[in-house]
Amino acid sequence: MSIGPEASITDERSAPTDDAAAVRGTGDTAIAGRSLKQIAWRRLKRDKVAMGGAFVVMFLVLLAILAPVLARIWGHPVNEFHGDQIDPTFSTPIGSFGGISKDFILGVEPSSGRDIFSRILYGAQTTLIVAVLSALVSTVLGTLFGLAAGYLGGWVDSIISRVMDFLLAFPQLLFAIALVSVLPQSIFGVSGRWSRVLVLIGVIGFFGWPYIGRIVRGQTLSLREREFIEASKSLGAGSRRILFRELLPNLAAPILVYTTLIIPTNILTDAALSFLGVGIPPPNPSWGGMLSDALSYYTDDPMYMIIPGVMIFVTVLAFNLFGDGLRDALDPKAR
Amino acid sequence: MLSYLIRRIVNAVITLLVVTMVTFGIFFAVPTITGSDPALLYIGKTADQASLDGIRTKLGLDDPIPVQYGKFIKGLVAGRDYASGNDVTHCDAPCLGYSFKTEQEVTPLLLSDIPVTLSLALGAAVLWVLIGVATGVLSALRRGSFLDRAAMTGALAGVSLPIYFTGQLALLIFIHWLGWLPDTAYTPFLENPASWFTGLILPWVTLAFLFAATYARLTRANMLETLNEDYIRTARSKGLTERTVIGKHGLRAVLTPLVTIFGLDFGTLLAGAILTEQVFNLRGLGYQALTAIRQNDLPVILGVTLLAAIFIVVINLIVDLLYSVIDPRVRLG
Repeated sequence: MSIGPEASITDERSAPTDDAAAVRGTGDTAIAGRSLKQIAWRRLKRDKVAMGGAFVVMFLVLLAILAPVLARIWGHPVNEFHGDQIDPTFSTPIGSFGGISKDFILGVEPSSGRDIFSRILYGAQTTLIVAVLSALVSTVLGTLFGLAAGYLGGWVDSIISRVMDFLLAFPQLLFAIALVSVLPQSIFGVSGRWSRVLVLIGVIGFFGWPYIGRIVRGQTLSLREREFIEASKSLGAGSRRILFRELLPNLAAPILVYTTLIIPTNILTDAALSFLGVGIPPPNPSWGGMLSDALSYYTDDPMYMIIPGVMIFVTVLAFNLFGDGLRDALDPKAR
Repeated sequence: MLSYLIRRIVNAVITLLVVTMVTFGIFFAVPTITGSDPALLYIGKTADQASLDGIRTKLGLDDPIPVQYGKFIKGLVAGRDYASGNDVTHCDAPCLGYSFKTEQEVTPLLLSDIPVTLSLALGAAVLWVLIGVATGVLSALRRGSFLDRAAMTGALAGVSLPIYFTGQLALLIFIHWLGWLPDTAYTPFLENPASWFTGLILPWVTLAFLFAATYARLTRANMLETLNEDYIRTARSKGLTERTVIGKHGLRAVLTPLVTIFGLDFGTLLAGAILTEQVFNLRGLGYQALTAIRQNDLPVILGVTLLAAIFIVVINLIVDLLYSVIDPRVRLG
């Protein structure tokens, strides 16, 4: 269950690996010990709410991948104007509920008459790509710096910790807006929609790494003192082996959990940037951009605001539910 | 205590210096590298070379970036003069320069925006702390009850809803459909407290809903943990009423972690109620920042960012000091 208490993010928490033995029954000696992966998977499968979240996430990913196909079957080209669907005097869609009809299953945009269904599909593409890839950027940076800070200690730790505190106590949205708006329109020879996607991934990913970094650092600090590290050292293992062969596998569970939990935050940030006009540039569709356009129409055509709003809500909620469930499955003590 | 205070203040000043450097770097160095000239931004694309050069010397844009940064800091601390030929303009400390677009001084411009954002943030903060903590405590005490499940489901929805969606829904329902409230707007409190309240209540409630969700979840988790502590059992066995046990002994331990988060949230809110102000059409710091960014008005962006950073740093400092007051176990050192 995930609608439970939020685990407080503390730096010191014992690693989730060491309960594998505790779960194994005492009487059934004949049964081989299950790996952490199997135990977590069994727990996760029993968690209906988390599985529901996972199902919704998979459905959304499928929608995004199949966007061109689905738009061809049930929709219209993203930027095709349908003036005939628009009431010329009020510039709102003809028909009730924002012009929902057999032809336009989610209605049309006010004033231009573009198909909302297609725009939602293509919006899902950019939203999911930005959110997931920026989470990966945060994870890679956070893991590397967190490991370095926790394992090396000393001045490396002081500097990295200071930088993380600094980034966490920072007007992030303001900075993200500013950064996105000064960066050039085309980078690495890519332009338009995808260049902005790259910029967004970089900026959102960069501001997210301290969250992961703090957790990895805390875990590394406690794992570093454990016997298996000492054993490995006495066998003559080098720093690199200890970091990547001994420590990293033990950190996999928390890293996986917090990567999943940072995705919904990234979706909200990405949509916020598009809402403020510095995200995906129009005429390319984005959920935040639609909500921004809706500001001028919400009294006359509420559906245009409700559809992208509900999409954001459902997506973020699904990722949150799945992430919470994953955390409970991998680390029941975190509750 | 005193040495701790001094160390924290020195740290805060260093943080602020780094913020100014980073911001200055982004806005004055990046445009130079990518080939857009700040002087051109100031005067518009149609400028002839002579007036462009004039602007450059007057704003000191010809100087190397570190020199420009030095002058900026000097302006902040001691004020500075902008001179081109005989034409000298003095700007008092703390000088943030002049807006590229309106040619107004930035400092008074920002000062006039502070009451709007402060009213917004304060009202919302009072609401969300009260609602969040109350819901969290009740949920923890009646764990597993209908109230608990409803509150926690609501809290989960709250953390998944963006303000630019709930804000529009609230506007649509309470102003447009039900007509309960006038349009959201800012009226200075001293001018008319009643319209100050009615103009801001909707943004407060909307903002508070999102934050209260997080606080309710945290309070509940902390409360559940605290209720298992030995000292709570001791308090009960002393014969204290349940009310005193929860209200006095329990709540105190629950509040400590919340204070830190509150400091961060409140600072961030002051720094950038950008989304809220945009949705509810309030002209505060966030609105100013967004307008400035859209118009490439570098001095205003720099000013807002710096002000935002000051808020965050100062509030975090206050929170850390408050810590020792709330939690006697914390010793500053």
